[in-house]
Amino acid sequence: MHSTRSTIVFVFIMTAVVAVILAALFNGLKPIHDKNEALYNKTAILSAIENQLPKKLDEMEGEEIETLFSTKMKQSVVSISGEAIDEALIKARHGGSKAENISLKTEKKIADEEKYLPVFEYQGDGGKKFYIASVRGSGLWDDIWGYVALEDDLNTLAGIAFGHKGETPGLGAEIKDNGAFKEQFKGKKIYDEDGNFKSIYVRKGGAKDPIHEVDGISGATITADGVTEMLDRGLQYYDSYFNTIKG
Amino acid sequence: MSEITKVAEKEPTFAFGKKERKLLTDPLNDNNPITVQVLGICSALAVTTKVDASFVMAIAVVFVCAFSNLIISLLRNSIPKSVRMIVQLVAIATLVTIVELVLKAANYTVFTELSVFIGLIITNCIVMGRLEAFAMANGPWKSFLDGIGNGIGYGIILIAVAAIRELFGKGTFYNIQILGDWYTPNGLMVLFPSAMFVIGILIWIHRSWNRDLIDVS
Repeated sequence: MHSTRSTIVFVFIMTAVVAVILAALFNGLKPIHDKNEALYNKTAILSAIENQLPKKLDEMEGEEIETLFSTKMKQSVVSISGEAIDEALIKARHGGSKAENISLKTEKKIADEEKYLPVFEYQGDGGKKFYIASVRGSGLWDDIWGYVALEDDLNTLAGIAFGHKGETPGLGAEIKDNGAFKEQFKGKKIYDEDGNFKSIYVRKGGAKDPIHEVDGISGATITADGVTEMLDRGLQYYDSYFNTIKG
Repeated sequence: MSEITKVAEKEPTFAFGKKERKLLTDPLNDNNPITVQVLGICSALAVTTKVDASFVMAIAVVFVCAFSNLIISLLRNSIPKSVRMIVQLVAIATLVTIVELVLKAANYTVFTELSVFIGLIITNCIVMGRLEAFAMANGPWKSFLDGIGNGIGYGIILIAVAAIRELFGKGTFYNIQILGDWYTPNGLMVLFPSAMFVIGILIWIHRSWNRDLIDVS
């Protein structure tokens, strides 16, 4: 009925048609995809200091978030030793020269000494400053990440936001969805009284140290351990930078 | 006389008679893809933790099912038999990719929530099953209706399961708080096994309500 030749021709034509349609659609929608992704990331960063913002993020339009981010957020990129990084170098690695262009997914694979660390400095009301550090680690199934907002003493947590790629809804995914979990981090400190780096520990069975620990989530021990590890390692990268600012 | 019979024999392309209505309603009850044919269970387990995600998933499946049926039905006489499965798969994969790209542009938040599951529509047995069983042997209009019917039949069960799981697992419906603070969310309901129980119970209810479905042998 169908010769081998006609079968091959059919398959070729079909593949060509499909390829053209999908390529056109992909390229046509790319600018919107990029814009959505950038806005999504900015919203996530801002959500770490949501209570400092003039309005709740849900009530803001995309445009407002963009404006807020560009006017109030000072961006810088530093190395693990706390020095500013040349814009050209950042652009070469991430395609853009600002902190918002930095993909922590790429950075995760890079050696510690070579890492570029994004810093977002939010200018709050009354001249109050907040520093937002980005961290990334591993949960149970896939990557998890977080934005840690510190007050201007670079020690006390002002807020935190988490994200994840594929944690179990209702269990691991609670790090993102459960407001009460995130709320616990407020006021916790990442340095001890002597100024040594201590990070924050997510403890299974309930926090014991009121300054450096928070309660875990039942049924999400591995994700919680991932959060502990991510904060400890990720914030330590910023240690030198924080010390430079504190002077 | 012959004139009249000729007219009666030739059905209009877009007829919407009893037969066509049956194509739409059959998958909702007597031939439901999930509760009767038990197809597409994989995604029914995975995406049914929240109603909003299930709703988007249902729409995506209706779209993919209807248009892949339509495309395959239009091509059914020219598809070489030896590669028909591959052709069907390409049609489905193309439509799924379109859905994915459009959703990413239209609602990025839902896109991130559904993530891999949209892509997994490709492997949804309902879609491929309808192509093989129906679109390869029927006209485009009927196939299109059959696709919509099956998509909706899958979608209702998906949303029903999600409604139950979200209500008991989180105390909410469509992200709106329904059950008050007195309710302790049942963690099991958001895990995959609960979807098994819920679907099992739905099949039980469906069969005791529609006695024709009971297999006496």
